[in-house]
Amino acid sequence: MANAPASPLGVYLEHLGKGELAYQFSPGANAAVFYPRVICPFTGRDDLQWRVSKGLGTVYATTVVTPVKGDPYNVVLIDVDEGFRMMSRVEDIAPLDVRIGMRVKFRVHAAEGDEPPYPVFTPSDAAP
Amino acid sequence: MNGLTRGSAAIVGAAESDIGAVAANMSPLDLMAQGIHRALVDCGLELRDVDGIFCAATQARTSAMSLCEYLRLPAAYTDSTIVGGSSFEVHVAHAQAALAAGLCSVAVIAYGSTQRTVGRRQASAREYNPYETPFRPFLPATAYALAASRHMHEFGTTREQLAEVAVAAREWALLNPVAWEKKPLTIAEVLSARPISYPFTVRDCCLITDGGGAIVMVSADRARSFAKPPVYVLGCGQAITHASISSMPDLTVTGARESGAAAYRMAQMRESDIDVLALYDAFTINTILFLEDLGFCPKGEGGRFVSGGRIGPKGSLPVNTNGGGLSYCHPGMYGLFLLIEAVRQLRGECGERQVARAETALVHGNGGVLSAQATVILGTQATV
Repeated sequence: MANAPASPLGVYLEHLGKGELAYQFSPGANAAVFYPRVICPFTGRDDLQWRVSKGLGTVYATTVVTPVKGDPYNVVLIDVDEGFRMMSRVEDIAPLDVRIGMRVKFRVHAAEGDEPPYPVFTPSDAAP
Repeated sequence: MNGLTRGSAAIVGAAESDIGAVAANMSPLDLMAQGIHRALVDCGLELRDVDGIFCAATQARTSAMSLCEYLRLPAAYTDSTIVGGSSFEVHVAHAQAALAAGLCSVAVIAYGSTQRTVGRRQASAREYNPYETPFRPFLPATAYALAASRHMHEFGTTREQLAEVAVAAREWALLNPVAWEKKPLTIAEVLSARPISYPFTVRDCCLITDGGGAIVMVSADRARSFAKPPVYVLGCGQAITHASISSMPDLTVTGARESGAAAYRMAQMRESDIDVLALYDAFTINTILFLEDLGFCPKGEGGRFVSGGRIGPKGSLPVNTNGGGLSYCHPGMYGLFLLIEAVRQLRGECGERQVARAETALVHGNGGVLSAQATVILGTQATV
């Protein structure tokens, strides 16, 4: 049997490199799957499909980390509209002003040196 | 249905190793061995009687192998299941099964950590998670803080209510001669302490200490031959809902619902049958979540439930009578210390902090970031 052409993380990062937030969809469970996997955790089948999110979501939980050195920053969990949850950061806003229920929009934090790109969010006026 | 029989095994020995800040160059294995020695002295057994080793450690990747070498027990039955801080509650169920199956006859469950001495980063290195690490969560605190934020949002839980948990733990700790913290604590002091990960200050977070210990388990028919009263395993349950906080299904509901239900079912008991509680309080939100999920109050009511000192020494429900991970001792993984305190309460050995007429104890372990929940219900001879 041939090796898989790409890893789940590899495909995800490739999409991020193009400015896209990718996730998987399970046809058997009719549900989004995130983080990306080799098999579907609902059905056990290897038929997960890649999709690209519209990039809109809602803050599900939020905290502000106060490091010993450096400025405080927020860490959030976002419920993305297509039905999956992910960790991220909301930018362009004071960390303590991030609220649960706030609508947010995805953008890419570009790769820097050895660090791959990752998805961040900014406040959005768009309705759910 | 977990295949275990109510009361088929008992804890007959229990002891801490040195805790707090241990001597320079003590190793996690030294602390395990010291705990095992003291627990064997506690029940009158010899090292050569031990034929079952159950252990977990963050500083010894193959902890059972290392411990078998240290103790020269080449034929011992071993189990080094590791699911974070609740590993030792899982070990109790595994040891009960191994004793029933005849895989061993004297089981020791051991832990040791020198995380205060060597530093948390070295004691418990974080794995890289490409879906979380880029956002620099201060783990584990950030994960529990996210759960607290959701609980505050959904149920109106306040920072003062979270602080009540820390204050109750401190009041118990002041009654425990070996507790790390020695000074009283107020709600105002919790709120104004150094911020860690909102809504938590450093006083909402467990201690970082060294420590270790061990318990000794045998089958029930053998347990009656010991000098000290045996403490029977009446119920066990476990549930693993996720590993990383971004995969937790609902941040206000933990797997303690399932692990608790399984333990109550096996013990043929309910929450009103429990005399004393030991709940894994890595952070103040834990105690609130577990009181809810184990049935002591409705979902969302935990903050109001703990208010007014209800779970402190002057309150109506004794929780974490040793002072807990918040004020007594928290060497990385705390689950074994919950079991040690429950055994002491059921034996009536707790002095000033002794709960009167304690016949049953509920021990609830938590591992990872609210990930691996494991409940053990213990009882005296009168409950079997």
